[in-house]
Amino acid sequence: MIDEHFDAIVIGAGMGGNAAALTMAERGLKVLQIERGEYPGSKNVQGAILYSEMLEKIIPNFREDAPLERHLVEQRFWMMDDRSHTGLHYRSEDFNEEKPNRYTIIRAQFDKWFSSKVREAGAVVLCETTVTELVKDTFGRVIGVRVDRAGGFVRADVVVIAEGVSGLLGTRANLRDIPKAANVALAVKEMHFMPRETIESRFNIKGDEGVVIEAAGTITKGMTGMGFIYSNKECVSIGIGCLVSDFQKAGETPYGLLERFKRHPSVAPLIEGSEVKEYAAHLIPEGGYKAIPQLYGDGWVVVGDAAQLNNAIHREGSNLAMTSGRLAGEAIARIKTRRDPMTADNLAVYKELIDKSFIMKDLKKYKDMPSLLHTQSQNFFLTYPQLVNKAMENFVRVDGTPKREKEKLTMRAFVAARTWWGLIWDAFSLARAWR
Amino acid sequence: MADELSPRIEDKLYQNRYLVDAGRAHIKVREHDVPTAPLLALLTACPARCYELNDKGQVEITVDGCVECGTCRVIGEPTGDIEWNYPRGGYGVLFKFG
Repeated sequence: MIDEHFDAIVIGAGMGGNAAALTMAERGLKVLQIERGEYPGSKNVQGAILYSEMLEKIIPNFREDAPLERHLVEQRFWMMDDRSHTGLHYRSEDFNEEKPNRYTIIRAQFDKWFSSKVREAGAVVLCETTVTELVKDTFGRVIGVRVDRAGGFVRADVVVIAEGVSGLLGTRANLRDIPKAANVALAVKEMHFMPRETIESRFNIKGDEGVVIEAAGTITKGMTGMGFIYSNKECVSIGIGCLVSDFQKAGETPYGLLERFKRHPSVAPLIEGSEVKEYAAHLIPEGGYKAIPQLYGDGWVVVGDAAQLNNAIHREGSNLAMTSGRLAGEAIARIKTRRDPMTADNLAVYKELIDKSFIMKDLKKYKDMPSLLHTQSQNFFLTYPQLVNKAMENFVRVDGTPKREKEKLTMRAFVAARTWWGLIWDAFSLARAWR
Repeated sequence: MADELSPRIEDKLYQNRYLVDAGRAHIKVREHDVPTAPLLALLTACPARCYELNDKGQVEITVDGCVECGTCRVIGEPTGDIEWNYPRGGYGVLFKFG
């Protein structure tokens, strides 16, 4: 097989790689997909939430047989200090719809299923094989890949790089830089198993309903980051992530943070008595619009996390991976149909499709958000959560202090912590970055 | 590490499935006498605690429990402190859930 020439090689069988491989195989291209894991999904880590609309564009009837966990009916945001949280919860019966909008999934299982669709469409999926190098010709055009199997040079007209966030092959081939520590977050996660009835009573849900909790505050010890709790059918995914540059500076351990988060009085009762079956860690692209590298060149395109495509504000990493993979597949199929060569000029259509999609529009909207949250982490992740929880305590605790006095105390605490100008400036910066 | 909130990382990693590629570490630490700041940062930043100080105060790596997140690559590769590769096909961590 290694002597064969492929229309396209896809490196990696995550969301981006699978979307690209499926899109091209369905359009009749001869596709080889290479995955280093034992099976597709065995190297992939995510929270994980799946957005239906982006998958529907690739597999319209996915609900028939995809391994889905729970459809989400409730979203909780928690602002936490060490002993309390102030929450904003949104729950709606409208999410119990015929075709739900969001699901929790377990990636290793989901990716195996996704990959079965790729095979059915006719792509060759080669597992337990690591790509060691993107092979270029003397003109610098990518003409194939080298793999860690005997005789391992495989040729193709175009290589879709879907190798994931760390992006080793792309950086080695000088297609882009290694991600900066300030532009990626490290998240650690555990899978806590318990009977489904226990999950349903603890999260106040029934049937296949699910809840997502996203939490920020003193749990990250002043670092930029957040915690999350996702309800699956028979387990709960619980994790926490912070910028790598913050871990580097603070000297905190990721597992220490996770343990603290798990023991928080608001969290502990949710996972009490559960059995932990896995501990995983993963990097998440957080640089946003400004960290997106060159997306195409002669004989190659890059998709998903490898292209640092992630909307950190809306937690849409796999979503952007699936969409960029599909668009890359469509662009390549279009060029192939015209029998044109896979040059940078022709592959530029991939970037045009990305620019026209929600991907770039959303990332552009939040382009200033990463630098705001990343440079002011002490204020947004430590000071404000403490102040808000103190304010809530002042509001709800009845102790004989006159209410006017309490309001003054709350206001004074905010001003003392940030000064009037600081408060105004923070509000202004946040509003500007959101707009 | 006396902090009661520092769990034994071994207990966490024990739950995971690995296929260890004996004798072929996919990450290597550059030889050094005194560790650089990025190397010292890896002692705490690595989520599988693969990096430890040896008797001579140098940073060493044992990759057996590595979860292949890439954090050490982001911190240590630009400065040349470590050399990072994907494990050979089929080897390394094998996530059951991911």
